[in-house]
Amino acid sequence: MLRYVLSRFLSLTLSLIAASLVIFLVIEVIPGDPAAFMLGLNATPETVAALRAELGLDGGLVERYLAWVGGMVTGDFGTSYTYRVPVSELILDRLWVSLPLAIYALTLSTLLAFPIGLIAAATRGTVTDYGIMGGTQLGIAVPNFWFAMLLVLIFAVNLRWFSAGGFPGWEEPGAAIKALTLPAIALALPQASILARVMRSAVLDTLAQDYIRTARAKGLSRRQAVLRHALKNALIPVLTIIGLQFSFLLAGAIIIENVFFLPGLGRLIFQGITQRDLIVVESVTMLLVFAVILVTFLVDIAYAAVDPRLRRR
Amino acid sequence: MRHLPYSLLIGGALSSIFLAAALISFLWVPHDVTDLVIANRLQPAGGEFLLGTDQFGRDLLSMLMVGARTSIAVALVAVGIGIGLGVPLGLAAAANRGSLLDEVIMRGNDLIFAFPSLVIAILITAVFGPSAVNAILAIGIFNIPVFARVARGGALSLWTLDYILAARTAGKGKVRISAEHILPNIANLLIVQATIQFSLGILAEAALSYVGLGAQPPTPSWGRMLAEAQTMIYTHPMLAILPGVTIVLMVLGLNLMGDGLRDVLDPRLRRART
Repeated sequence: MLRYVLSRFLSLTLSLIAASLVIFLVIEVIPGDPAAFMLGLNATPETVAALRAELGLDGGLVERYLAWVGGMVTGDFGTSYTYRVPVSELILDRLWVSLPLAIYALTLSTLLAFPIGLIAAATRGTVTDYGIMGGTQLGIAVPNFWFAMLLVLIFAVNLRWFSAGGFPGWEEPGAAIKALTLPAIALALPQASILARVMRSAVLDTLAQDYIRTARAKGLSRRQAVLRHALKNALIPVLTIIGLQFSFLLAGAIIIENVFFLPGLGRLIFQGITQRDLIVVESVTMLLVFAVILVTFLVDIAYAAVDPRLRRR
Repeated sequence: MRHLPYSLLIGGALSSIFLAAALISFLWVPHDVTDLVIANRLQPAGGEFLLGTDQFGRDLLSMLMVGARTSIAVALVAVGIGIGLGVPLGLAAAANRGSLLDEVIMRGNDLIFAFPSLVIAILITAVFGPSAVNAILAIGIFNIPVFARVARGGALSLWTLDYILAARTAGKGKVRISAEHILPNIANLLIVQATIQFSLGILAEAALSYVGLGAQPPTPSWGRMLAEAQTMIYTHPMLAILPGVTIVLMVLGLNLMGDGLRDVLDPRLRRART
C-alpha cells in the first residue's frame, strides 16, 4: 500500500508541475509583455517599466517560473496589481465562500443520490424506477445556473424564505449557511441526478454477481444482500464519479456565485479578467487545477483502500 | 425489423426542432435581432411578438432561434475538435500499447482532464479577451481526452482479435489497420460519445456565455439571454424562463437520442440493460 501511495504521489507531483507550466506559458509567455498587457494601450513606457520591475518580469523565463512556483509553495502568490494586497489574502478570503459551497453541494448531492439510486435499483422495471430515471434525465439537462435563477424566483422572490443573494460572513454561522443553501441546492441537483444513475447501475451490476446469489442461497433476504454485500462493491464506480464531480462542483460554484452575488473565488477571477489582473487569474486557476489534481489523487488512494487488487498496478 | 427505441424517436424529434429553428434562422426570423426598438420593449407574448420582447425591444422567438445557431455551432465545432484530435491520438496509443507514445498520450490526457473547460476558457479569455471562438476552443480542448479515451479503449479490445492478426499477417501496417479495420468498428462508440459531448457542449456554451466568456453582443446566445434576464427576473420572469426551458429541452433531446442510439448501436448493452 505504501508503495502504491508513493507512486500516486509521484504522479501527483508530475501533474502539478505540468499544469503549472501550462498556466505559466499561457499567462506569462503568450501575451508577450504581461506588464504592457495589464496596463493597456495608454500606459507610458515608464509605468510599464515600473510594473515590470514590481512583478519581477525582468528576469529570464526559467527564473520567473521558478520564482512563481517557489512562491506558491511557501504561500506567497504575489501581489494583486488592482487590489494592492497579497493574492494569498484575497484567495483565502474567497476560499471561505467557494470551498464550503462546493462541500455543501457535494454532501447534498451524495445524500440525495444514494437513497434514490438504491430505490431505483431495488424497484427496477417498475413505475418508481421509470419515474426516478425520467426525473434524473431532466435533472441532468438543467443548467445549474438557470436552476439557481428559478430557485431565487420561487424561494426568494415569491415565498421570501431566503434572501436572493449576498453573504453575511461566517461571524453568523447560521445566516452564512442559510445564504449558501439555495446555491448549494442549485449545484447539487444536476450532480445528484448523475450520481443516482451511476449508483443505480452500479448496484444492479453487483446484484448480478455470484456472491450475491451465494448470499441469497444462504438465507439472506434481498434487502440484507444489498445492504451487506452489494453496496460496498457498488461504491467503487460511485467513488470515481464523486471525485470527478468535485471539479465540476468547483467550476459550477464559480458560475453560481454570479447568480447569488457571493464573494467567492468566481467573483475574484472574473474581476481579475475584466481588470486584466493576470497575477490573480494565474494564481486562482492554478489553485483550481491543484484542487482537481489533489482530489483525483485522494480518490485513487481511497480506491486502493476499498479494493486491494488495485494496489498491485 | 425491431422498432426503434422511443428515447431515440422522442430525442431525435426534440433535437430536430432546434436544429430546424437554427437553420431557418439563416433565411428568416420573425424580427431582426439587432434591432433595438425601445418602443417595443417588454411586450407580452402573443400578437406581433409570439413570445414577447426583452428590455431592449428584441423579439424573444427570433433571439431563441438565432441563439440555437450559436449554441449548436459552438458545440458542433467543439465535438469536431475532440474527434479530429482525440480519435487519432487514441488510435495511435492503442496501436502502440505500452510504448512510450502510449504513455505520453495518456499522461497528456490526464493533464487536460485536470483543467475543467471553464478554467481553460478563463485562461484563454484572460489573455485573448472573450469571444465565441474561445468558448469553442475551451470546450473543444476539453473534448480531446474524452474521445482519445473512448477510441483507445475500444481499439484495445479489437487489437486482440483474430481478424486484426490476419490483417497484420497480410502485411498491413498499424496506421492502415487502424484506419481500415479499427475505426469503422469503433464508429458506434464514437457516435454515442459525440451525442453526449454535443449535449455537454450546449450546456457549457450556455454557462460560458452566461458569465461573459462566450459569444459577445450583439450575437444572441441562450446563456447571454439568461445573463441579461437576471436583473429583470423580479418583474418579467418569462425572460429568464424561456431561454432556460429551451436549453433544457435541447439537452434533454440530445441525451435521449444518445441513450436510444446506444441501445440501437450496441447490442451487448441492449441485452445487459433489459
